[in-house]
Amino acid sequence: MQVLHHIGKYLILVWIVLQRPENASIYRRQIINEMDKLGLNSLGIVAIVSVFMGAVVTIQTAFNTDHPMLPIYAVGFATRQSIILEFSPTVISLILAGKVGSQIASEIGTMRVTEQIDALEIMGVNAAGYLILPKVIAAMIINPVLIIISMFLGIFGGYLACFITGVEPLSNFLYGILFEFSQFDVLYAIIKTVVFAFIITTVSGYFGFYTKGGALEVGRSSTTAVVVSSIFIIIFNLILTQILLV
Amino acid sequence: MIRTENIYKSFHDTPVLKDVSLVFKKGQTNLIIGQSGSGKTVLMKCLVGLLNADAGNIFYDDRNFSAMRFRQRKVIRKELGMLFQGSALFDSMTVEENIMFPLDMFTTMTRKEKQKRAQFCLDRVNLHNVEHLLPAELSGGMKKRVAIARAISNKPKYLFCDEPNSGLDPPTAILIDKLISEITRELNITTVVNTHDMNSVMEIGDFVAYIYKGQLWWTGDRHTILHTSNAELNSFVYATELMRTIKSEDH
Ligand SMILES: Nc1ncnc2c1ncn2[C@@H]1O[C@H](COP(=O)(O)OP(=O)(O)OP(=O)(O)O)[C@@H](O)[C@H]1O
Ligand SMILES: [Mg+2]
Repeated sequence: MQVLHHIGKYLILVWIVLQRPENASIYRRQIINEMDKLGLNSLGIVAIVSVFMGAVVTIQTAFNTDHPMLPIYAVGFATRQSIILEFSPTVISLILAGKVGSQIASEIGTMRVTEQIDALEIMGVNAAGYLILPKVIAAMIINPVLIIISMFLGIFGGYLACFITGVEPLSNFLYGILFEFSQFDVLYAIIKTVVFAFIITTVSGYFGFYTKGGALEVGRSSTTAVVVSSIFIIIFNLILTQILLV
Repeated sequence: MIRTENIYKSFHDTPVLKDVSLVFKKGQTNLIIGQSGSGKTVLMKCLVGLLNADAGNIFYDDRNFSAMRFRQRKVIRKELGMLFQGSALFDSMTVEENIMFPLDMFTTMTRKEKQKRAQFCLDRVNLHNVEHLLPAELSGGMKKRVAIARAISNKPKYLFCDEPNSGLDPPTAILIDKLISEITRELNITTVVNTHDMNSVMEIGDFVAYIYKGQLWWTGDRHTILHTSNAELNSFVYATELMRTIKSEDH
């Protein structure tokens, strides 16, 4: 019952958020701001996680596929596929759900409990649209960029791992990375990322927007936002994989 | 003018407002007074549409606000200014951006014109050299004044203030009260102020409505309020030693 109530309320909020903005130029300015706030600010963590995870994936694959029957491209190929298909779009989106999601929910939640949202509504502004839509659009534009960067850095991490530890000859690794490369895989990753960006921003926006009470509840909203958007990402990952790859 | 007709509002079966019918006239400062928890904030939120009354109608100059849908209400919303109990300034924006916000949203003014208007509003509330500060860098009284400046920046026809001087020292409180009353006369607008401060009542109460446990108990002005025979109102008015002393000296 409770869950259905939330889903209904969430869908109504999404509908309100997607209404035509009252002043396009303000929204445009907000989108640029949010791209900076949500995107550029996450670049550091995305880069660090990607390089290290790429390295670990490569080393793991190399250790676990150390068999003379396996082709020389096995390690590079497996690393590339895991990074492009799952690691970059899904794991990085989960990390962004933690960082960006809690940021959005606490920012909007604070505005709710300090009556700033009431102040917007009094003025006749569509508060949900004004606060949430620029974040949704910004994340849907900037997250794919982050994910592409993450793919490059992940593979670079793998390369570094081979270079430093020598678990796999560099030439084999590079051969594997380029082996039967399919652009569709990248498109698949971007589609997933865009859907995840929508989930992160709208779900966190929802929990922030309907915060009740005070500072304590703002903290709670932001935790709930992260948990729920992560669960939605996992579920939609399964659904999208089914739809797009089968 | 704002008129309410038989407003009812309850939360989870607990009645908070019972049959409130009032008329707030234009060009004067209308006060809603009452004890803490009597329903003043709820009444004001019903007036501006932040809460929906369970029953009753609210008219803005004969436009029935209660019967309007979201889109129609927008027209009236643009004519409202409101000062919230906690100021509610946008804390990611500077003072100037806060005041310019309604203009950014709803007017086609150029940046220069908007800045000029913001400067005018800041001058009006006696604030200088604060336009580039963030709300977090202001004192409580300054925040209130910036919030007033923001409320009047888009030239509202109706101004609402929820406890404009709570938490302020007496001279600053009176300053804010006077400011609201002066602006009301200057712009010839309809102003509604919630307060539980007798100083405010005596200073600016052109019209006073006393709410007691969610019901409209008494109406009058700052002169008649001192000579009423209404027991509940008397206990509110003469709750402080100061007011009792004044009364006894009067006799
Ligand atoms: N959102 C709400 N949900 C449930 N009850 C509420 C809600 N808002 C207000 N109330 C109840 O309505 C009553 C009136 O509250 P209100 O805030 O209007 O008082 P007030 O007159 O403004 O008091 P104060 O002078 O302390 O600000 C209180 O008993 C309060 O508990
Ligand atoms: Mg109140």
